[in-house]
Amino acid sequence: MTSERAKAFILPLVLLGALEIWARVVHLQSDSLAPPSAILQALGQALADGSILAATRDTLFAAFVGLVVGGVIGLILGIAFGIFETLDRLMEVTVEAIRPIPSVALLPIALIALGFGYRMEIAIVAFACVWPMLILSRAAVRDIEPRLMEVARVLRLSPGQSVRSIVIPAALPRIFVAGRLAAGIALIVAVTVEIAINPLGLGASIMLAQQALRPDLMLAYLVWIGLLGYALNAVLMAAQRHLFGYAAVVEEPS
Amino acid sequence: MNRSGLMWRLASFAVAAAVVALWQWIADSRLVSPVFLPGPDRAWASLVRGFTVGDLWEKVVGTLEHMAYGWLAASIAGIALGAMIGSSHRMRTYVAPSLEFLRPLPVSAIIPVAIALFGLTQGMALFVIAFGAVWPIMLATVHGFAAVEPRLYEVARSLHLSRAAVIFKIALPSASPDIVAGMRLSLTVALILSVVCEMLAGLDGLGHWVLLSARAFRSADLFAGVILLGMIGYITALAMNFAEARLLAWRTVRH
Repeated sequence: MTSERAKAFILPLVLLGALEIWARVVHLQSDSLAPPSAILQALGQALADGSILAATRDTLFAAFVGLVVGGVIGLILGIAFGIFETLDRLMEVTVEAIRPIPSVALLPIALIALGFGYRMEIAIVAFACVWPMLILSRAAVRDIEPRLMEVARVLRLSPGQSVRSIVIPAALPRIFVAGRLAAGIALIVAVTVEIAINPLGLGASIMLAQQALRPDLMLAYLVWIGLLGYALNAVLMAAQRHLFGYAAVVEEPS
Repeated sequence: MNRSGLMWRLASFAVAAAVVALWQWIADSRLVSPVFLPGPDRAWASLVRGFTVGDLWEKVVGTLEHMAYGWLAASIAGIALGAMIGSSHRMRTYVAPSLEFLRPLPVSAIIPVAIALFGLTQGMALFVIAFGAVWPIMLATVHGFAAVEPRLYEVARSLHLSRAAVIFKIALPSASPDIVAGMRLSLTVALILSVVCEMLAGLDGLGHWVLLSARAFRSADLFAGVILLGMIGYITALAMNFAEARLLAWRTVRH
């Protein structure tokens, strides 16, 4: 296992080493590339002066609030659609008409309605997070063992009670998977909105570094954003395994 | 579709019509300023005007072109690279982990790098769209190759098939459901990145059109553009479903 792990690092290390040597040999002067050592230095500097951490905080804040808002809306709709099939069938055309709109297409609408800043970014992230949550939690609720629902009926639980004490616990592993996927989407959409237009957070910083012709800083931000995406995914995967074991892993939609 | 299915469908359309009517009512009663929210009547009029006297059709074609070129390039590269990595145990040990590491990277972060490399050009857009769309296809191909029934490989070995024959006769057909699923995912990514690139680089397409409409506060044009983008998303997904059903028909027949 350890040697397998070690093998995984060979390719990136060789590539980075080759890039470093090549950059030094040709005395690289470029607006788009920088040797790995310079990127590392720029990353260290940006970490030391706190600029990258402030940008990370802004991005994560917008992504997180958007995820919560969109996730809760999607969860409520998903559970409602999962329990009441009539409602699901009636809303089908409406949902299928709105869902394919690419989230970034709403950027200009959010821009004129809300202006630059957190609010428009949160609105777009929320829109993007509604759909995976809605669809996966609807499927999760629908696949609940029917006998559990019979138990709810026999015990004469009110709809609110049965959602709280039966539906949500039974569907929780898959709802968590939906939340994990939505969290990844939230980060991606937040960074995309910042790169496209919003002068905020990591996306705006990386665009600024590009415009300032600082390839080292630009690539440092790219590496940082990559690490952030990887860390978020790894943490949520670990939490999922810890909380639900293989109950959730098996049901993973690809 | 049976009778009750049809009835449900009609009821569902009626609900959607009611939502549009509600939208009209909100716009008419000015609950939301018409600067932000045009009624469906104004958005429709703007669509008709755009297609008859305006150049909206060109914008649609522009976006479709960006999407299609990037996606096709990504499909070819993704399947080729995925087949190369997936069919060799050595590549899987050495290369696949690096790819898995890159997978959660928000691909839009590559945009500034592409701008630095190519400038604000069509080439930049093509690179970004292809780069973003290649991951789901490539990883799905690698996964599909890894999941091929091992006995099929044993059969290939005893038949002394060449590596190319193994790939084309056994691995690719067996991995095709995974690959098609990856291509479907990439289609969405390609549309999103097309819109972002058009916005940033001012390329001819709906992304640029909606942004310009917003800057000029022509909200009816803006909504017309967003509706068109939604339709592109819907129709391309539908076409993909259709292609999938045709391509993979042999699978469902066999079972």
